[in-house]
Amino acid sequence: MLSIRNLQASVGDKPILKGINLDVKAGEVHAIMGPNGSGKSTLSNVLAGRENATVTGGSVTYQGKDLLALAVEERAREGVFLAFQYPVEIPGVGNVYLLKAALNAQRKHRGLPELDAMDFLALVKDKMKLMEMNESMLYRAVNEGFSGGEKKRNEILQMVVLEPCLAILDETDSGLDIDALKVVSHGVNSLRSPDRAMILVTHYQRLLDYIKPDFVHVLSDGRIQRSGGPELALELEREGYAWVGDAGNEGAVTP
Amino acid sequence: MNSIPNTLEDLISQEYRHGFETAIEADEIPKGLSEDTVRLISARKNEPEFLLEWRLEAYRRWLKMTPPTWASVHYPPIDYQDIIYYSAPKSQKDGPKSLDEVDPELLKTYEKLGIPLHERAILAGVAVDAVFDSVSVATTFKDKLAEVGIIFCSFSEAVQHHPELVKQYLGTVVPVQDNFYAALNSAVFSDGSFVYIPPGVRCPMELSTYFRINAKNTGQFERTLIIADRGASVSYLEGCTAPMRDENQLHAAVVELVALEDAKIKYSTVQNWYPGDKEGRGGIYNFVTKRGDCRGARAHISWTQVETGSAITWKYPSVILRGEDSVGEFYSVALTNHRQQADTGTKMIHIGRNTRSTIVSKGISAGFGQQAYRGLVRMARSATGARNHTQCDSLLLGDRCQAHTFPYIEVRNNTATVEHEASTSRISEDQLFFCRQRGLSAEDSVSMIVNGFCKEVFKELPMEFAVEAQKLLGVSLEGSVG
Repeated sequence: MLSIRNLQASVGDKPILKGINLDVKAGEVHAIMGPNGSGKSTLSNVLAGRENATVTGGSVTYQGKDLLALAVEERAREGVFLAFQYPVEIPGVGNVYLLKAALNAQRKHRGLPELDAMDFLALVKDKMKLMEMNESMLYRAVNEGFSGGEKKRNEILQMVVLEPCLAILDETDSGLDIDALKVVSHGVNSLRSPDRAMILVTHYQRLLDYIKPDFVHVLSDGRIQRSGGPELALELEREGYAWVGDAGNEGAVTP
Repeated sequence: MNSIPNTLEDLISQEYRHGFETAIEADEIPKGLSEDTVRLISARKNEPEFLLEWRLEAYRRWLKMTPPTWASVHYPPIDYQDIIYYSAPKSQKDGPKSLDEVDPELLKTYEKLGIPLHERAILAGVAVDAVFDSVSVATTFKDKLAEVGIIFCSFSEAVQHHPELVKQYLGTVVPVQDNFYAALNSAVFSDGSFVYIPPGVRCPMELSTYFRINAKNTGQFERTLIIADRGASVSYLEGCTAPMRDENQLHAAVVELVALEDAKIKYSTVQNWYPGDKEGRGGIYNFVTKRGDCRGARAHISWTQVETGSAITWKYPSVILRGEDSVGEFYSVALTNHRQQADTGTKMIHIGRNTRSTIVSKGISAGFGQQAYRGLVRMARSATGARNHTQCDSLLLGDRCQAHTFPYIEVRNNTATVEHEASTSRISEDQLFFCRQRGLSAEDSVSMIVNGFCKEVFKELPMEFAVEAQKLLGVSLEGSVG
């Protein structure tokens, strides 16, 4: 599904990603862990197409296409979803309105008929139950006045409504209490399927107690320093990130 | 687009069903303005003596006045002797012969706005000899209104049929000497609308829709007078979301609203005149005086405006709150893109006790757009317990546009309350990226964010108008991102 080869990117003049190699197949869940400043968020942003990072080398192939050549919205319509670390507020724009416009833009792209208001509401209310969200949130402005936890739930609600092929969750667990974490994880797990892949970007092992990854990668200094199974996350939890630097640069290990 | 000319041909080739009344004699009078011009206009319109005198008074005052220079707009001086002040409704033969001859950009805009095909032709000034269904619709409306005693007609008709009402109210809200453009309008106004709602009557419909076409030939000096008698109420919609072609660069209209005791007038405008090309060439100058007078206790006047057109806008719809407990409201969205300039706002003059006013102004600037909010809130000595709340927000797109806020507050009564809130923001890269990451195009994203910003004003618009206004905003912002 996704193949990243020697990806390099800078923010301003500063190189952040220094050669990332990663293969993600359909049905897999990958966790990318790493200390602050290791390039985790930059990687998420580059995959989603945010312009603040400049790609300086390498390639990303997604479902046979050159992902880096696609505009942000084209990537989204092709099924790439990014759950934001800091969801933005959009005053005056109803949550329900944004969601419906987004879903229909994506359906249109895929040659599906647009959903009318009735069908859409039925769908979204169903998904809200899954996320244990109050329906009144539908009619509030996007993220405006939402608590940190509500914002993250709202991100995952968008994800379960849009049903992406590749979901990238950027530090979705940050700022969540344990109950919210459970609900969010439940939403994410409900989307796991053989034809969908996920990349979880996280600082802490905690999220992985609820969403079991197939593979864990440790990102440090712009490179994947180690890759392994879920046990790698536990090891990190015990040892901290300090030892990663000493692990030497073995080059990227792809599972 | 292929189907359009075909369909249009069908329309044009329709049987000539209703006569187009062209009873008015000679086409134009020579360029220039003098006392004779004013007399000639009045004579052509067969006006009573009092109106001629009124026009002449305005003209004499105007001669001594100078154009205002305090607004933050810039344009070359206007040669008032180079304007034709009277022309009979033009023969339609001068316009383009079919939509094929119309600027394709304009057609694209119509299509995006979803303007019905037959309206497109009329708006673009195509010489269509068929008169569409609007005539019969108009008759139905008029019958319905007449049943409850409402007078709704052109200003010229009102002068002929209801001179006593015209005489009683004309110029009582905006006196002839009020300002340079109002004086000019008073001297040479061409036509406009007249509405009178008798005591206790609620107007059974929005005065709107088809009228947007009928209002087309009112010319550049439009005069509107709306009177709601005791306990009456009316909602009036002015304008049109479609960009109108117009040969006249200067527009100086005057609108007067009179609300007596317990009366309510809601006046909504969507203004989308030609803004000029991307360099600002050829756009309309819209210098308008709009004012309402809450003359009786508990009267209520509400202005809602969406201004997206014109090269230059100079406009301050105001309310004089004379009656006790009367209410004034001003809700405004003004958008300037490319080289457009707007200096707009309102005046709330509190005279009566416990009068209340609300001002919500949303300004959006893109491209090289220049925008100023200019508002006056005056609490007179007599305005005991009066209250005002002003909220004034500006949204900037890009880094070459400008937004300014000039609030003037005068308080002469220490029991009055005045609140002013203002903010200036920018569409953030984060918001844009977020919307696009969810699958929306950049333009749809901007349009959605801007519409969200304007929501408080749009919700004041009549439903159908609100939908059109949202689309309009999207279209007007095209090319402002990426």
